[in-house]
Amino acid sequence: MAVAAVKEKIASQLQELRKADASLDPEEIVSIVEAIVETIEGDMSAVSLKVYSDIEALARYINTARSEIADLRPDDINAEHLPAATDELSAIVGSTEQATNTIFEAVESIEALAEKMPEEIADQVSTAITSIYEACGFQDITGQRITKVVTALQKVESKVDALLHAFGDDLMPSDAPKKPEKKTKAPSGDPARPDEDLMNGPQLPEDAISQDDIDALFG
Amino acid sequence: MSTVDMGMPILIVDDYKTMLRIIRNLLKQLGFNNVDEATDGSAALQKLRDKDYHLIISDWNMEPMSGMQLLTEVRADIKLKELPFIMITAESKTENVIAAKEAGVSNYIVKPFNAATLKTKLTAVLGNF
Repeated sequence: MAVAAVKEKIASQLQELRKADASLDPEEIVSIVEAIVETIEGDMSAVSLKVYSDIEALARYINTARSEIADLRPDDINAEHLPAATDELSAIVGSTEQATNTIFEAVESIEALAEKMPEEIADQVSTAITSIYEACGFQDITGQRITKVVTALQKVESKVDALLHAFGDDLMPSDAPKKPEKKTKAPSGDPARPDEDLMNGPQLPEDAISQDDIDALFG
Repeated sequence: MSTVDMGMPILIVDDYKTMLRIIRNLLKQLGFNNVDEATDGSAALQKLRDKDYHLIISDWNMEPMSGMQLLTEVRADIKLKELPFIMITAESKTENVIAAKEAGVSNYIVKPFNAATLKTKLTAVLGNF
C-alpha cells in the first residue's frame, strides 16, 4: 500500500475513535502512534516502501508480459510451427536422398557401358563418373547439417515448453489443439554415450580443420 | 608392384546409404570389389565377429553405436584389435581427430572427400596397390 493511502487510512481511523469516545486525548493517541512507528521504523523505512513499490510494479510488469505472451499463442509454436518445420526439413533429406539415388542409377549404367568403350574414352568417362560420385557426398553433408537444425529446433521446443509450464494455464487456452507426437528422429540424448560431447557434425568452413591439418596431426 | 590383396573383404559403415554407395563405388574404381556394408556400429561389430575382414572404413556420427564406440570395441577385442580402421567423417574438429587417434584409428578422412584422398589413405594403411 502506498504511503499516502496509509496516512489517509490512519486519519480516518482516528476520526472514528474520537467519535466513539470524545474523552480520548488526540495528543495521547499521537504519542502512542509515534511510539509504534518508532518500533517498526527499521521495517517500514522509506527504502522499504520503495522496494515494496518496485516489487508491486514488477508484478504488474510480469502480469502484462504474461498477457502479451498469451496473445502470441506460444502453444501454437510447439503444436504447429516447430513440428511443421522439422517435417519440412526431414522431407528435404528424403528428397535429396531420392534424387541422389537416381543419379547413382544413371551413373552406374554409364559406368557399365564405359567398359565397352574404347580405352581412351572409357578413361575420360571414368574420371567424370568419379567426380559425380565425389559430388554426391553433398547429400550426406546436407543431411547432417539439417539434422543439426532439427536438433536446434527441438531445443527451442523444449524451452517453449518450459515457458508454458512456468506461466501456467494462462498460456494454454483450453481450445488449443493437442500437441502432436514428434515425427522426426530425435538426435541422441543418451547420456551413456561416451563420445556425446564429440558429436559436433559438419563444421562451418571457418571452424573446420582441413584434411592437411588432420594429416599433420597424424604426423 | 602391388602388395595388396585387391580381393580382401572390406567393411564400410555409414548410416547414410548414399555415402555407403559412394564409398563402395569409389572402392570399386580403385579395384576393391569385395565390400560389405553396415549402417551403424553395432551392426558392424556383429559382421566383424562373423567374418574375417581386412579393413574397416567407418563414419563417426551414427546411432545407436557411433564409429568412435565401434573403434573402441574393435581395439578392445583380442581378435580384431589389429584390424586397419579408417574413419571417414564430417567431424572436423581437432579434438575429434585427436580423440580418434588416441583410440587407435589408422587414418582419418574428413568429409567431403575425393577419390584421390581415399586412395592416399588406403595406401598409407594397406601399402601400395
